[in-house]
Amino acid sequence: MDSEQDKMKIKKIENGVVIDHIPKGKGLAVLSILGIGEGFHATVSMVMNTPSTTMGLKDIIKIEERALEEKEINKIALIAPAATVNFVHEFQIVKKRKISVPDAFEDVIRCPNPKCISNKEGRPLLKVERKSPLHVRCAYCERAYSSEELLELSSFVA
Amino acid sequence: MADYWAGRDILSTRDVPREAIEQIWHKAKKYDDAVTHKKSYDKHSGKVLASLFFEPSTRTQFSFQTAMQRLGGSIIAFSDADTTSVSKGETVYDTIRMVESCADVIVIRHSLEGAARLAADAASIPVINGGDGANQHPTQALLDTYTMFQKKGKLDGLTISMIGDLKNGRTIHSLCYALANFDCTIEMWSPPQLKLPQIILNDISEKVKVVELESLDLSNSDVVYATRIQKERFDDPEEAERYSYVIDAESVRKMKDDAIIMHPFPRVDEIATEVDSLPQAAYFAQEANGIPVRMAILDSVLG
Ligand SMILES: [Zn+2]
Repeated sequence: MDSEQDKMKIKKIENGVVIDHIPKGKGLAVLSILGIGEGFHATVSMVMNTPSTTMGLKDIIKIEERALEEKEINKIALIAPAATVNFVHEFQIVKKRKISVPDAFEDVIRCPNPKCISNKEGRPLLKVERKSPLHVRCAYCERAYSSEELLELSSFVA
Repeated sequence: MADYWAGRDILSTRDVPREAIEQIWHKAKKYDDAVTHKKSYDKHSGKVLASLFFEPSTRTQFSFQTAMQRLGGSIIAFSDADTTSVSKGETVYDTIRMVESCADVIVIRHSLEGAARLAADAASIPVINGGDGANQHPTQALLDTYTMFQKKGKLDGLTISMIGDLKNGRTIHSLCYALANFDCTIEMWSPPQLKLPQIILNDISEKVKVVELESLDLSNSDVVYATRIQKERFDDPEEAERYSYVIDAESVRKMKDDAIIMHPFPRVDEIATEVDSLPQAAYFAQEANGIPVRMAILDSVLG
């Protein structure tokens, strides 16, 4: 977090996860990649376009009473590779983690190729070919995409 | 290098090393007499090839089936997915799980891209991609490069001109990745809407010299690789007309004397029949090479 003032924008959470340093406007996409939607029961708050000393403006997400698994966290790399994840226990940050780009995105986002078999059966598997800037290649149809193309052309696996 | 292909799947030419391609050529050379003298071997008697053509292709299917039989093996096959349980919605995965208990090796053709990779995930026996959508047709690339090797002695130093529809042809895509292993120059000519996909161009440009031809000038070519331009690819029939081309005896005269002309077939009218009897015409030899090359492939994966 960038300053005390920033922290005040949403109340501190007792237990849960704070995802910080999300590029501005990408907060909603982070929620959807994490599968946080209608059927999700924990309390979630999001700040959009809050000033950041390092990023200009940024988004922040706080999820209460729910731990995120490593695998879930790394999915965020597709949208916010520079995000940090803070694990909170009894109002204290107990662990701080940077996102690490996984070797592959399995069952996270569909292959944008409508003729790809992974959209008909099996599971989408996009292997990471380059981490920065992020480029992936479908393990099935072999088409390669930048993360921007992928997000523009495809949809997350629900 | 030990036999690269033993027990492996053949799904794509991307990431296949040069030595692996050359191994297939050298093995194929020993099987040339399967065509020239109709010779059969009993090297793989008792072995079964499952030939699964979800999308029909007489040429590729005959070639694989002949290759397996010339090696002494036998075949189980379907060539029309409509007559099988596949049309009732059975997945490729379940079809493969059923077939793998019957066979030692599988060849699959499917209209969806990545189908062969999915089949390989499902099967514990080697899977050979006989064409998946617009993605890959690796055994065609192996027989194409074998033909160049056979006719020109080597691929290094050659200028290979690919002309026609470079966008939709899986044959072209597989061949591009295979050629990227060699020290050759690839010339390309196609209508603007049928250019090689940018993804593939990026991949191969790192390894091989690619030149886009402004006009259909084949005077530098050692190998002319012609492909069909389907009229259905154009919205406007006049535009289709504008980009149609024919290689005839006159165009052959403007080529190098020792240039060769190849085509993955079927041809419509890209190459005039008057060219068939000229020494540059290599496409029938190329087509026949499907048999020794696929014998080499089956022999290698069966180990
Ligand atoms: Zn795909």
